[in-house]
Amino acid sequence: MKKKSMSPASRSAFINYGIVIVAFVVVQILLGQGMVSNSLQSLLVPVCCYIVMAVSLNLTVGVLGELSLGHAGFMSLGAFSGIIVSFALQDIIAFGPLRLVISIVVGAIIGGIGGVLVGVPVLRLRGDYLAIVTLAFGEIIKNVIMVLYVGLDENGLHFATNQSNLNMSYEGVAIIKGPMGAVGVTRLATFTAGFILVLLTLIIVQNLVNSRSGRAILALRDNRIAAESVGISVTKYKLMAFVTSAALAGAAGALFGLNYSSTMATRFDFNTSILILVFVVLGGLGSIRGSMIAAALLYILPEMLRNFAISEYRMLIYAVILILVMLFTNNPQLKDLISKVIPKGKKKGGEANG
Amino acid sequence: MKLKKILALTLALAMSASLCACGGGEEAPAPEAEGGDAAATLKIGGIGPLTGAVATYGVATQRGAQIAVDEINAMEDKAFAIEYDFQDDTGVAETAVSAYNTLKDWGVDVIYGTTTTGPCITIASETNADRIFQLTPSASSPDVTAGKDNVFQMCFTDPNQGVTAANYVKDTGLATKVGVIYNNGDAYSTGIAQGFIAQCASLGIEVVTEQTFPADTNTDFNVQLTACKDGGAELVFMPIYYTPASLVLTQADAMGYDPIFFGGDGMDGILNIEGFDTALAEGLLLLTPFNATSEDEMTANFVAKYQEAYGEVPNQFAADGYDCIYAIYNAVQQIDGALEMDQAALCDALIAVFTSADFSVDGLTGAGMTWQANGEVAKEALVVAVKDGAYAAQ
Repeated sequence: MKKKSMSPASRSAFINYGIVIVAFVVVQILLGQGMVSNSLQSLLVPVCCYIVMAVSLNLTVGVLGELSLGHAGFMSLGAFSGIIVSFALQDIIAFGPLRLVISIVVGAIIGGIGGVLVGVPVLRLRGDYLAIVTLAFGEIIKNVIMVLYVGLDENGLHFATNQSNLNMSYEGVAIIKGPMGAVGVTRLATFTAGFILVLLTLIIVQNLVNSRSGRAILALRDNRIAAESVGISVTKYKLMAFVTSAALAGAAGALFGLNYSSTMATRFDFNTSILILVFVVLGGLGSIRGSMIAAALLYILPEMLRNFAISEYRMLIYAVILILVMLFTNNPQLKDLISKVIPKGKKKGGEANG
Repeated sequence: MKLKKILALTLALAMSASLCACGGGEEAPAPEAEGGDAAATLKIGGIGPLTGAVATYGVATQRGAQIAVDEINAMEDKAFAIEYDFQDDTGVAETAVSAYNTLKDWGVDVIYGTTTTGPCITIASETNADRIFQLTPSASSPDVTAGKDNVFQMCFTDPNQGVTAANYVKDTGLATKVGVIYNNGDAYSTGIAQGFIAQCASLGIEVVTEQTFPADTNTDFNVQLTACKDGGAELVFMPIYYTPASLVLTQADAMGYDPIFFGGDGMDGILNIEGFDTALAEGLLLLTPFNATSEDEMTANFVAKYQEAYGEVPNQFAADGYDCIYAIYNAVQQIDGALEMDQAALCDALIAVFTSADFSVDGLTGAGMTWQANGEVAKEALVVAVKDGAYAAQ
């Protein structure tokens, strides 16, 4: 099974696929046995979404080395475009999974377009401009969707900034109603779809990182001047990583949007962007596996704390745990211990070990 | 390298173990139907924000309902006891779904909630699919009940409130030219404003200006007030929460603009803001279903108990919560063998009771409240004016 010739990077990548597949199979078996509680079942799809979000953000923050504070904005783009597509195709494609796939693809495309729009002007600059612009971008998307009304009738889609301006025929349905968000969404997302999306994300991100382009991106992160001097196009490779990241966020958003019967634009605010950044940072910058595990555990944690007597303080405990994790993972003694256990992993963020 | 693989495998196992540990732990106390329990109890599960930006409302609904539950459980001739569990949803739809599923694992019979509109729309379609009866104290969008026969509201719907306000303006002849200021980033505010504006158009009241502000920046209202002033609005309708409303009143006073201000039920609480000169609110009209200073015996009793338990004057959210529990209690009493039913049968029976013509509830927020088949409540709207720093019924 394990070929001698396999590089450490691809071995690590295959371990990641293994973790995801094992986790999926185990959960499926437990589901089949009826051993998973309702509350946990409802977390499965969002966990998949957040894993995709964390892994894709890691591509920007960990691998490319640019800070992005508006990842939820791309998620929002994907969520609402996915919802609109799924509504519009309701009568044309009756088969739910196919509609879901089309919605996710459209969500990814729209997310990617958003990424190009933000990336082209900003990634040419040096410094923290991306952080500032993505922060603004996330807020702009939120506020635009908050005044956006989208309706559907037999003449097609209608867009307006006011419900009365939609000019729909009598049978028309409003899909997105400004601050009320999208209401009456048919829930199409399934855990299997989430699992496939996570796997696809891993394949895309890990292959990108371990490719020639990926090495160019890493070179840009580590020393931009040196990279430029050997002829690496800064904008091209930065844009490649950033747009991939945005498109994956859009796909995750579409899956997320189609998992709930209603979605509001305020869900994808600055706090959500920071939450995903927390997953990435706690999981380890540049470590895809770390992002995956951190996203899954940290998303489930506050819900698991509900089951204890101290549930009133669960958000407080959650915050304390976050701080403790942050302190301990930066503790030199602990790092020494970890490097004894894992001889080669000298520096956590140093190598993009997948 | 081997160690690394072992570590990875351990992590994978830990991940799945944490999943099944959680699943397994809850297996035992989560039977599908509660029938056959030794003590006849009804499990009411509440959902609302206890933490986060809108926690004030969730905490109020939780406490108001708690008082009702305690009262019922303390009754000697009670028909049955109530078990009450309230789960935090932080005002977010996805968290509300987990909260709801936690309650389902607990074996909930009736859902009380959710407090805020956004999560409630999501939960309503969940309960509709699972056939669990749901009564919300304060989620006021018509989308909450639209197409779901099992969801009922204790509060007015937003457009209804706007319509009531417009009718009041017309009937009392308060003004012929009105201005509207609302928060277009907020479903509640937008809903009322749209209902009001549409009703004004059909009643022939001239809306001189529609001014909006976003949810994030609500500190400066001079632009909106100037537009109302320039348009010659005699009355400014502002279906917004009391904190921005207090700023509107202060800034209107500073610019010497003195129209009649009229607010929705979100204005309730404006007299208790610290550092706000209540003299500015003098003459303010607001629609509210609940008046804590009322002399009514039931209200006085509730306010006294609430103050004793929590040290503050209850607002309308608490009163709605209190009424919800009594509405559920009264309705369940009318069903034979209700406690032996599973959720779906109980849900259908409760729908029949709530929509029947002879079921009505006398509560803190209205006397003789009845429900329509679409889940909306029918009750009298109360318009109060601020007079000498207190509410006075109009």
